[in-house]
Amino acid sequence: MKDQKKKKSSYISSGESRKITRFNRRVTKKFEKRREDAAKDPALYTTRMKDPNNVVEFDNVRTYFFTDVGVVKAVDGVNFEIPKKSTVGVVGESGCGKSVTSLSLMQLLQRPQGQTVSGEIRFVKDDGSAYNIVNTPNSIMESIRGNDMSMIFQEPMTALNPIFRVGDQIDEVIILHNPDMPKEDVKKRTLEMLDLVGIANKEGVYKMYPHELSGGMRQRICIAIALACSPKIIIADEPTTALDVTIQAQILDLLKNLKDKLNSSIMLITHDLGVVADMADYVVVMYAGRIVEKGTAREIFHNPSHPYTIGLMASKPVVGQKVEKLYNIPGSVPNPVKMPNYCYFRDRCEMRCDKCDGQYPPEIKIGDTHIVSCYRFIDKGEVLDYPKTVEVEDLYNE
Amino acid sequence: MSDSNNVSGYSNENLLEVRNLVKWFPIKAGFFKHTVGQVRAVDGVTFSIKRRQTMGLVGESGCGKSTCGRTILRLYPKTSGEIIFDGQDVSALSKSELRHMRTRMQIVFQDPYSSLSPRLPIGEIIGEAVREHGIVPPDEFDEYITRVMEACGLPEYYKERYPHEFSGGQRQRICIARALALSPEFIVCDEPVSALDVSIQAQIINLLKQLQKDFGLTYLFISHDLSVVEHISDTVGVMYLGSMVEYADTESIFKDPLNPYTKALFSAIPIPDPDVKIHRIILKGSIPSPANPPKGCKFHTRCGECMEVCKYAAPEWKEVKPGHFCACHLYNGADEQARAEETMNKIKSSDGFVEKEESAEL
Repeated sequence: MKDQKKKKSSYISSGESRKITRFNRRVTKKFEKRREDAAKDPALYTTRMKDPNNVVEFDNVRTYFFTDVGVVKAVDGVNFEIPKKSTVGVVGESGCGKSVTSLSLMQLLQRPQGQTVSGEIRFVKDDGSAYNIVNTPNSIMESIRGNDMSMIFQEPMTALNPIFRVGDQIDEVIILHNPDMPKEDVKKRTLEMLDLVGIANKEGVYKMYPHELSGGMRQRICIAIALACSPKIIIADEPTTALDVTIQAQILDLLKNLKDKLNSSIMLITHDLGVVADMADYVVVMYAGRIVEKGTAREIFHNPSHPYTIGLMASKPVVGQKVEKLYNIPGSVPNPVKMPNYCYFRDRCEMRCDKCDGQYPPEIKIGDTHIVSCYRFIDKGEVLDYPKTVEVEDLYNE
Repeated sequence: MSDSNNVSGYSNENLLEVRNLVKWFPIKAGFFKHTVGQVRAVDGVTFSIKRRQTMGLVGESGCGKSTCGRTILRLYPKTSGEIIFDGQDVSALSKSELRHMRTRMQIVFQDPYSSLSPRLPIGEIIGEAVREHGIVPPDEFDEYITRVMEACGLPEYYKERYPHEFSGGQRQRICIARALALSPEFIVCDEPVSALDVSIQAQIINLLKQLQKDFGLTYLFISHDLSVVEHISDTVGVMYLGSMVEYADTESIFKDPLNPYTKALFSAIPIPDPDVKIHRIILKGSIPSPANPPKGCKFHTRCGECMEVCKYAAPEWKEVKPGHFCACHLYNGADEQARAEETMNKIKSSDGFVEKEESAEL
């Protein structure tokens, strides 16, 4: 039994462990320095959008975590856009990097361990000035966060501060971004927000503490906080996972209406395909830190092409469709520290062919907006780029 | 087992019968902890489960479905009502009889992270109760545990590992193996897949179905995920605020829901197809407090089809179609309507009753 343990792939000797720690310290120091340098020069953090119709563009973003067991490539070369006034759904299992993608956009990563090591995240403000979020200094991020982009978190139970009144927590956001606003106006604005998210008893709720409210109500408060400054983009990280179906229907309905009212875009992160079908215009499917398929909602749901997307859809029972046995994707996600050099999904795939033993498949365009990374379509569409694999050692040398 | 426990009027077809089950939790306050009120978690629930079948129990959180499951297992003492398991009244069992009964009914909890002891290896977690109850002779113990683990898709060498080494899906398999090791006839599955990823959910649901086939198990499947319940259940009960509002076999309840609450609940299920636009019935507000439930029909504060009578008289539990039970004034026959109106008039005319204006629902 003991020999078996030593052979286990996750076993790290103390010597190796020290080496990893030393490497991590050097690399993270370098990236921190790079950020500091970039912060001094506006040319390095302002940029231009590729397409003026987009609010956010992810361009080959790689976010790595330098942990004690090795480098975890949580997001490894992600490309997608969020057009203005539309909803983009990001789907995937837990640990596939969808939350880290959104945290990279907000620059809320746990630094110094978590670093966006390469790529650009472009974000355009209301006044037309575009920023590369990766290099933007904290002082500017503070004015963007909550004002131009904001986030609705998964757990409304823990996202609110239990010792402050709900009204004060909404006031805080407004005061922070409008320091000159008189107090009465702030309160008026807060009450307006409470009205907007469908709270009938707004004066009463203004004075309540979070524990006095139910889950659905708390999520409404979180939405009110997120929308208090009419952001251009709302990141909703599993906004309804902790809620009941009836409350979920209320919240989704609310988000849809508010999006149109405020002319915002939504980045909706979820693992519930039903919610995505209901809300999203575009869908991005992620697996092990990479995008395996993206396209419009119709393309993804009517013509799912990547075996992972197909498996994901088959494994969820649908009301009104009787199946004897649910499909389950065999195996499990590969070890995030030691990713294979072939397709990450190959070992779990039931449609694999000989080509799958080769390098990671390229992005293949099989429709105007439908892109899939799978060798099954290599002859059926235009082959775009092969993803580059970044060697961890190169991060320091480059 | 003594004969006095045998209950009359019990059909052998049903493994479990629950009649008018009530579970109230007292609200205590003050220095001397005197009771100031009651939370009516389960307030008169009646259903039965046939052998080797699965009954799904659905409803919003806080409607009492978990309490119902636990009261059936006597993990909570009931307030009143009858729980009849295989011809015996569970609540009348003595301590030693209950101990024996425990091997026949088991539970799988929702959260596989907190329901496993972090200090015990897997083999001990699964085997502890087996040894305690003397299910197998000591010399066959090891082999038996291996067999149970294999049935749940766990390899033998996991025995010496600890829970923290496993993922959520594997832990849930361990929980199922622990329940299965006592070779029970009846398992309460209290939201067994809610904490898991979609693809892992499918594995666990398939496992539960396979085990049911192999060992002839009967399940009470508690969940708020309606698509999962439809997939796994033979019959479905819908609960609202401690009461059962509708009960029927899966096909007829999903095809033709009768109660307005069931209709709203089912219309809220998201369908994974962007072209299907369902007409969604959005319920206003959230579930009222079970400590102070609304008078009359409990659902009348949120119901879109609320009538005058709903505010005063509670609807009767009635077989609307063969095998399809529902409690709603919309399906009242002449008799029930007359009785409901009589109750309404009585309350209206009585002096003590002050009509409470509907306060603004939060």
